[in-house]
Amino acid sequence: MWNVPLFPDRASSLAARVDVLFFVWLALATLVALAVAVLIVFFSIKYRRGSSANRATAPEAVRARRDRRIELAWIFVPLSLFFVMFAWAAELYYEHAAPPGDAIDVYVVGKQWMWKLEHAGGQREIDELHVPAGRPIRLVMTSEDVIHDFFMPVFRIKQDVLPGRYTILWFNATKAGDYHVFCSQYCGTDHSRMIGHVVVMAPAAFEAWLARGNGAQTMATRGAERFRQYGCSGCHGANASVHAPKLEGLFGKPVQLEGGGTVTADERYIHDSVMLPKKEVVAGYAPIMPSFQGQIAEEDLLDIVEYIKSLHDAREGTVR
Amino acid sequence: MTAATAHRTYLGAGFSLWSWLSSVDHKRIAILYAVSITVFFFIGGAAATLIRMELITPAGDLVSAETYNKLFTMHGVIMVWFFLIPSIPSTLGNFLVPLMIGARDLAFPRLNLASWYLYILGGLFTIGALVAGGVDTGWTFYTPFSTMFSNTHVIAVAAGVFIVGFSSILTGINFIVTIHKMRAPGMTWFRLPLFIWSMYASSIIFVLATPVLAMTLFLIAIERFFGVGVFDPALGGDPLLFQHLFWFYSHPAVYVMILPAMGVASEIITCFARNRVFAYRSMAYAVLAIAIIGFLVWGHHMFVSGQSIYAGMMFSLLSFLVAIPSAIKVFNWTATLYKGSISFDAPMLYALGFVGLFTIGGMTGLFLASLALDVHLHDTYFVVAHFHYIIVGGAVMAFLGGIHFWWPKITGRIYSDGWARFAAILVFFGFNLTFFPQFILGYLGMPRRYHEYPPEFQVLNVLSSAGASILAIGYLLPLAYLFWSLRYGAAAGANPWRAKGLEWQTPSPPPTENFVVTPVITEAPYAYAESRNG
Amino acid sequence: MADSAIVARQFDDAAQQRTAADLGIWIFLATEILFFGALFAAYTITRIRYPEAFAIASRLTNVALGSVNTGVLLTSSLTMALAVRATKLGARKASIAFMSATVALGLAFLAIKGIEYYLDYTGHLVPALNFSYAGPHANQVQIFFYLYFFMTGVHSLHMIAGICLVGVMIAMASRRAFSPAYYTPVELSGMYWHLVDVVWIFLYPLLYLVARS
Repeated sequence: MWNVPLFPDRASSLAARVDVLFFVWLALATLVALAVAVLIVFFSIKYRRGSSANRATAPEAVRARRDRRIELAWIFVPLSLFFVMFAWAAELYYEHAAPPGDAIDVYVVGKQWMWKLEHAGGQREIDELHVPAGRPIRLVMTSEDVIHDFFMPVFRIKQDVLPGRYTILWFNATKAGDYHVFCSQYCGTDHSRMIGHVVVMAPAAFEAWLARGNGAQTMATRGAERFRQYGCSGCHGANASVHAPKLEGLFGKPVQLEGGGTVTADERYIHDSVMLPKKEVVAGYAPIMPSFQGQIAEEDLLDIVEYIKSLHDAREGTVR
Repeated sequence: MTAATAHRTYLGAGFSLWSWLSSVDHKRIAILYAVSITVFFFIGGAAATLIRMELITPAGDLVSAETYNKLFTMHGVIMVWFFLIPSIPSTLGNFLVPLMIGARDLAFPRLNLASWYLYILGGLFTIGALVAGGVDTGWTFYTPFSTMFSNTHVIAVAAGVFIVGFSSILTGINFIVTIHKMRAPGMTWFRLPLFIWSMYASSIIFVLATPVLAMTLFLIAIERFFGVGVFDPALGGDPLLFQHLFWFYSHPAVYVMILPAMGVASEIITCFARNRVFAYRSMAYAVLAIAIIGFLVWGHHMFVSGQSIYAGMMFSLLSFLVAIPSAIKVFNWTATLYKGSISFDAPMLYALGFVGLFTIGGMTGLFLASLALDVHLHDTYFVVAHFHYIIVGGAVMAFLGGIHFWWPKITGRIYSDGWARFAAILVFFGFNLTFFPQFILGYLGMPRRYHEYPPEFQVLNVLSSAGASILAIGYLLPLAYLFWSLRYGAAAGANPWRAKGLEWQTPSPPPTENFVVTPVITEAPYAYAESRNG
Repeated sequence: MADSAIVARQFDDAAQQRTAADLGIWIFLATEILFFGALFAAYTITRIRYPEAFAIASRLTNVALGSVNTGVLLTSSLTMALAVRATKLGARKASIAFMSATVALGLAFLAIKGIEYYLDYTGHLVPALNFSYAGPHANQVQIFFYLYFFMTGVHSLHMIAGICLVGVMIAMASRRAFSPAYYTPVELSGMYWHLVDVVWIFLYPLLYLVARS
C-alpha cells in the first residue's frame, strides 16, 4: 500500500532518451522557478517598506543602457536554450517517427471500449499485447468508431487511433515485464476501462506463446478466405475477366495514379482502395471498383491487408 | 457613506432591480457580470469537488462513469466559457477601462449591456442542458464522438457556447474602439496602464478567434442533427479538421485567459512595490506578441493526432517562441521589485503568488512543446496540472488579486486585510497541494478524464483531493469577508492604496460619469518612484 | 431634429462618435470574415483532398442562376453605395429610393436562391433530405453539397439580416432621422451590405465555377 511510485518504469531505449530530455527540462524549470522565487523573496525582504536598503538609482541614461543589456540577455539566453531544446526533442521525435524495416507487425483495432489485437500468425488478443523483447514491433492501428489512443507509458509513446484511417506506432522493448496499456483519448462512457497490458517476453518465451496461441490460421490465410468471401478475387483473381490491377507483388511498391502522381502501396493505400476506391484510381484503369464501406469489418480488412502483403510476384521472388 | 453621498455615486443611480438590469453604465454592467460569473464559478467548482471526491479512490464508486464524464465536461465548459474568459475582461475590464483612460463610458454602452444579456442567454442554454442531463463529450467536443456517438445534449451546449461567444466579440469590439478613440488628452499609447494594453491584446483575440469557434460549433450541431457533414470519415470527412478548427480558436482563447491576468499583475506589483514597471515598452509589446504568436501554435494540441510530423515541428518551434514574451514579463515583474518599497497587502500576495505559479505553469508548457516528450505526456495529468497552474494558479489568483485591489474603488469599502491575506496564503498552499502531485501522476502515465485508475496512483490522487478541499475553503473565504465589508467595512477614500492611475483620481465609488472634469495626463505611467522619496 | 448629430453622452463630440462607429463596424466586419473564414477553410481542405469530386459537383450547380444572382447582388451594392451618397448629400427621396432598390434586389437574390434550392431538391442534391448521386465519388460530392448549402445558407441568413437592416434605415430616413451632418447608421449598414456582397463574390467562383472552363 505504501509502494507509491513516483517515476514510471522504462522498458525501451527510447524511453531512456525521453527520460533524459525530461530530466534536463526538470532541471531547467527548477532552476528558473527557483531563481524567480528566490529573487522575489530576496527583493521582498531587502526592499520591504521601511527597510534601510539603498534605493538610490543611477541616472536615467546609465540605467536605460544597463536595463537594455539585461533585457537582451534574458531574451537571447532563453531563446538560444529554447532552440537547443526544440531541436533535441524534434530530432528524437523525427528519428522515431518511421519504424525500422524489420519490424514485426501487429494489428490493433480500437473500439468502444476494448482493444482487439491480432498478430500476423492469426493469434488474437483482447486488451493484451504479447511481444518479444529486442525486436521492433510495429502497430498498425485503426478504430471502429471514435478516436481512441494507444498509450504505453513504459515505452513513453502513444498514438491516436482514428476511424477510417491507419496510424502507426512502433517500439522496441528492452525489458521483460507486464506493463500498462491505456486508452488516452476520451472516447465515451468506459474510456477509463479501455485499458490493458503489454506483456514483453524473452524471444523464446514469445515463440512458445505464439505456438500455443489461438491462431488456428494466420491472418494471411484468413485474409485469403475473406478475399474470396467478399468477391475480391472476382476481379483481382488470376482468372478474372475484369481488367483490375494485379495484387501480386504490389505491397510496398509505388503505384502510378490516374491523373498523375504516385503513391506507395502501403496499408493505408489498401484500406482506402477498398473503402474509397474512387479516391486513388490506378493509371490505365476505369474507376469501376465498388466501395466496401460499411460492408467489411475493420478486422477482416486487416486480414486482407496481411494477405495482400503475402502475395509476391512469382517472377520476383519473395517481397517481404 | 451617507444616503446623500450614495446618490452621487454610480451605486446610487437607481436602487431597483430594473435599474440594474437596464443600465448601460459600464460600472453597473461590470457588477452584473461579477455576480453572474461568481455563480458559474461555484457551479463549475461544485463539479470539480465531485470529481476530486471520486478520485480519492481508484474505483469508480462515487458516481457512475456517465455522470463522471458529464462532470468533467461541465466543469470544463462552465469554467472556460462562463468563468475564465469573461472573468477579468468583463468585470474588471468593463469597470476600469473607461476609468483608466479618462473616459465617461465605453464607446458602445448599449452593446455592452447586450453582451451581458448574451452571456446570460448562453448560460441558460448551458444550465438547461446541465439540468436536462448534461453533456459528456469533454469541453473539447472531439468528433466523431460528439457528432455521431454521444447520447447527450450536445447541441444545446454548443448553442450556449455559440451565444456566449458573441458576448466576447461585442466586448472585444467595445474595448478596441474605446482604447483607440476615447483616451483623455495626454493619454498617449505609451502612457496607458499595462492593464489597458492587456485588455487591448485580449480583445484582438476575442474578435479574431471567437468567430471561428462559433462556426465550428455550428458545424458540429448541423452534422449531429442531420447526420451528414465534413467530420465523418465514413462519408469521406475528416475528424482532424474539427480539431484544427477547434484549436485555432481554443489556443488563442487560453491567451485570453492569461493576458488580462498579466495586466492585473502589472498594476498591483507596481503599486505595492511603489516602483515603476521595469521596461514598460517591452511589457506592452510582449502582450501583443503573445496575442499574435498565440494564433500560430494551435497544432501543439495535436502532436499525436495523426497530424503530419512536419506540421508538428512547426507548431513546436512556434510554441517555444511564444514563451519568450511570457518569460520577459516574469523577469520584468521580478525586476520591478528591485529597489522598490514593498508592502504585502492581500493584492500583492496574490500578485506575487501569480508570478511564481505562472512561472511553473509556463515552464511545464515547454515540456509539452517538446515533441518527443509530448508524445508521452499528451492527454495525461501532466497536461491537466500544466494548464491549471496557468489558469488557476495564474489567472484566478490574479483575478482575486484584482478584486482585492479594486474592491475599495468599486464598492467604496475596505475589507479585512488579515482575513484576505490568510485566504491568499491558503489558496497558494491549497493550490500547490492539489496540482503539483498531478505532474507526477502525469509522467507516471495516468491519463486524463479517467473515472477509475490503477491503484498505484491512489496516494498522489488523495494528496490532490486534500489540496482541493483547502483550495475550496480559500475560495469561499473571500465571499464571506468581502460581503461582510459591504455592510460593515470602513469607507474607502478615493485612493486608499496611494496608487497611480486615473481610476484612483476619482471618488470611491465613482460617480456615474466617472470624472467631473476630464483629466489631462502629463506624467509617465507608474510614476511611483518619483513621488516616493520626495 | 436631425440637422446636427445627437452626440451620445460618452463621446466628446460628433467627430469622435463618427470615428468610433467607423472603427467599430470595421472590426465587426473582421469578425464576419473570420466567421466565414472557418467555412472557407473547411471547403479548401476538402477540395484539396478531393479535387475531382469537387469538379464534378460544381458542374451540378446551377451556374446560370448563380451568375444572375451575382449580377443582382453586385447591382444591389451599387444601389446601396448610391443610397449612402444620397443620404450624405441630404437627398432624402433619392436615398429612400436607392435603399428600396437595394432591398428589392436583395429579395430578388433570395428568391432566385430559393428557386435554386428547389431545383437542387428536385435534382436529389440535398444532403440529409434526398441526396442521391449515381456517379463517381458520391460521398465527396455529397460533402460538396453539404458545404454548398451550409455556406450559401449562412450567407442567406446574413442577407436577411442585411435586408432587415436596410429596411430599418428606410423607416428612419422616412422619419427624417438623417442629414448631411448625421447619416452614420446608413453608412454602417452600407458597409455591412458590401461585406455580404464580398463574401458572395468569393462563394460564387468556389461553388459554381470549379472546372467550368
